[in-house]
Amino acid sequence: MSGAHMFHLSLKMLFGDRAKFIMLLMGVVFASFLMTQQSSVFWGLMSWTTSHLRNIHAKIWVVEHKVEQANELKPLRDTDVSRVRSVEGVAWAVPMYAGILQARLSDGNFKPVMCIGLDSATLVGAPSAIREGLLEDIRLPNCVMIDQEAEKKLKVDGKKPLGVGDVFEINDREARVVGLCTTQKHFFGYPYIFTTYDQALQFAPKQRKMLSCVLAEPALGWTAEESARAIEAATGLKAYTEPEFEKSTLIWYFKNTGIPFSFGTVVILGFLVGTAVVGQTFYTFVLENLKHLGALKAMGASDWLLTRMILLQALTVGLLGYGIGVGLAAVFGLGTLKKGEPPFNMRWEFPVGVAVLVTLICLLAGLLGVLKVRRVEPAIVFRG
Amino acid sequence: MNEKLNAAAVVQVAALEKGFGKGEARALALKGTDFTAFAGELHLITGPSGCGKTTLLSVIAGTLAVDAGVVTVFGQALSTMKKGAVTRFRREHIGFIFQQFNLIPTLTLAENVSVPLLLNGSGRRKAERRATELLAQVGLGGRERDLPRNLSGGQQQRVAIARALVHDPPLIICDEPTSALDRETGHKIMELLQSVARGPERAVLVVTHDPRVYEFADRRSEMEDGRVLRVLTGADARQHGE
Repeated sequence: MSGAHMFHLSLKMLFGDRAKFIMLLMGVVFASFLMTQQSSVFWGLMSWTTSHLRNIHAKIWVVEHKVEQANELKPLRDTDVSRVRSVEGVAWAVPMYAGILQARLSDGNFKPVMCIGLDSATLVGAPSAIREGLLEDIRLPNCVMIDQEAEKKLKVDGKKPLGVGDVFEINDREARVVGLCTTQKHFFGYPYIFTTYDQALQFAPKQRKMLSCVLAEPALGWTAEESARAIEAATGLKAYTEPEFEKSTLIWYFKNTGIPFSFGTVVILGFLVGTAVVGQTFYTFVLENLKHLGALKAMGASDWLLTRMILLQALTVGLLGYGIGVGLAAVFGLGTLKKGEPPFNMRWEFPVGVAVLVTLICLLAGLLGVLKVRRVEPAIVFRG
Repeated sequence: MNEKLNAAAVVQVAALEKGFGKGEARALALKGTDFTAFAGELHLITGPSGCGKTTLLSVIAGTLAVDAGVVTVFGQALSTMKKGAVTRFRREHIGFIFQQFNLIPTLTLAENVSVPLLLNGSGRRKAERRATELLAQVGLGGRERDLPRNLSGGQQQRVAIARALVHDPPLIICDEPTSALDRETGHKIMELLQSVARGPERAVLVVTHDPRVYEFADRRSEMEDGRVLRVLTGADARQHGE
């Protein structure tokens, strides 16, 4: 291909102008980092909204028919457990309590906790990662299992992390820690306290209806979706499969909070600022090189060759800046994973999406330069 | 590359017209200009500012389209060729030396000189080897890895000459090659161009308004108001007009 070896020189022209190159690079790094990091923090925050579902696994969640999201459960009648059990297509169904209660610490302070009451017989919905103690011990009187957040937040005398054997109070009732588990952080940051359903009802303030939801399993030969639809038809309650409940929860937060808007604004801002900085800097870079590009044109470089040279320069800046920007976002993510917050969940779609946007930024910037160069008459070089 | 060379007239321009602007603001830079350049000669195009000499040079170089008239370079009518063909012709047949040298500041001397070869499809190594030879010929041997900013104006113009010659083009076009140089350096550059023009199948066209370089001319076309007024040869060409 005629002039193909010019690409090496076009890169040298790019790297040779250090100040411009660094400015261009910083623009792309800034845009890539901001878009990737903010998308990942956003998705991390969104994943916190559904952490409840991952901390308490069940194939089917049966809730009051108006419930749309996992963090806001409206109580059911106790008899609803039996109604669900009687539906064809349900293998078994168990009650579960989930409520925010006040824990009183040894130093007199109060902290809200998410108390989960599991079916005493089966302990369905128990945490999957137990670090210390036995799950079965929560059947003992006033005994609970706590997660890592509770360890940190419910300190003994405000100093020592709460551990196995320690006691604290929930609604003036003594709670003894018999085990430690690991959970995914709750959206509101509440520590998780696991106990049996019956004991949870003792801890919780008395209400007319205390059952938060029913966890169910589809019968053999039934899918979770088929079973959920059968429960809805037979009981008039709302039955979600786990993915359905997750989706419904996410949609609820999208519709009813400003979180997607505020993060979306920052991502768009990253794109716009990146485009402006990279576009303007690259255009200046092309303008400053216009007489050299004109000279190349006079010497016989075709418009198509110059177009490819300029796009190569723009895409090279994009590739390097993207790599550094996404790399920095990943380092940020590693840091947050150690600390646990802010939430960070870099799905593979984000770097891919940002790569597309950065390519768009660079192509836009490059095309501005290309348009300028294509309009330049090679005779410009004879005008001094 | 040079198979179409006409041993006598290498550039022939007849009844050339070129204007700029539109409507009432339109100004004719060339008004029915005739011009001929021959192989083996250093041909100066002189005249006052605005007389159309740079426009004529641009048209002969194929960097500017004509409004009317015929431009034939090495037997090929540039005025009727398509844009792509003109670009290709320029790439293969013409070497350029510009007033401001137009060396790319971030490329080494060898890389700058090798550009015309790379544009013509040569490999990088081969092009840089040839560029090194040319740099040695213009007195810059051993400085291939230097950057243009480390060179004086005269040295930069030498690099530009090496670049213009590297692909062995039959026509060298120079736009005010000495205007940015002091007298002594300008003299050396003109000597170099004169030796280049002595090649058997090569012509050098130089646009200049510097009478100090007339002494190097084999032929001189004096222009005024968009036309070639007279063509001088031999001692007449080398005579200062003033």
